[in-house]
Amino acid sequence: MIPDLAFYLLAALTLLCGFLVVANPLSRNPVTSAMFLVLTIASLAGLFVLLRAFFLAAVQVLVYAGAVMVLFLFVIMLLDLGAEERRAIKRLGLLAGGVSVAALAVLVRTAIHESPRALPPAGPPLEGATGSLGELLFRQYLLPFEIVSVLLLVAMVGVILLSKKDLK
Amino acid sequence: MTGAHVGLEQYLVVSALLFSLGLLGVIARRNLLVIYMSLELMLNAANLALVACSSFHHNLAGQVLVFFIITVAAAEVAVGLALIVALYRLRPTTHVEDLTSLKL
Repeated sequence: MIPDLAFYLLAALTLLCGFLVVANPLSRNPVTSAMFLVLTIASLAGLFVLLRAFFLAAVQVLVYAGAVMVLFLFVIMLLDLGAEERRAIKRLGLLAGGVSVAALAVLVRTAIHESPRALPPAGPPLEGATGSLGELLFRQYLLPFEIVSVLLLVAMVGVILLSKKDLK
Repeated sequence: MTGAHVGLEQYLVVSALLFSLGLLGVIARRNLLVIYMSLELMLNAANLALVACSSFHHNLAGQVLVFFIITVAAAEVAVGLALIVALYRLRPTTHVEDLTSLKL
């Protein structure tokens, strides 16, 4: 019963904070959005814990709530966006957004409804602990792992190039 | 569905709602940085769906995929924000409607 309650609590927190990232009625400041994004990510990490994906919950907090959000806040503060806040949201954009979200909702609803319900029988709960995940990562998924490391290197070189004074 | 034991369906519904919120942000908001945050929201919604499916199907491959998604998203954020800063040096705005030189 308690995990169920925790699920509903964390899900509500996730969706509420997600909504406040996108459309905060009180503040149009990007810093507020970033702060609510941190909260969204933290409650998502809570949902990961409920799903027993402990390693991913830790990575979520470390990488997303830590590194990525610091990067976001750093850039927001660097750009000095004081004058950017007050502009009306375009009606057309809001309308287009509403229509596409409704279309997506219908699509997902149909997909969930039509999908076969054959879940495997509830066995022992799957533990997403560091050990089992690491074993899989370094045996079966070794090549993608190495490719991702190269990708990170490429991204690092690209960022350094992009932040040079004159792009030559 | 209400009051029932929390299953895969509930997680997928949360994930779909979160994805819709992200999509709404990308389309309706006009600040480049907020659009970027909404993109992160969509990625996180996909991650939640993958972890939920992996957990309920007793298959760890989904969690490995989420690990890769988080890594790639971090690289994407770094490059994207560097691009935004470079753009801001050229034209001091983060409002997408001020950046229309490629528009017909």
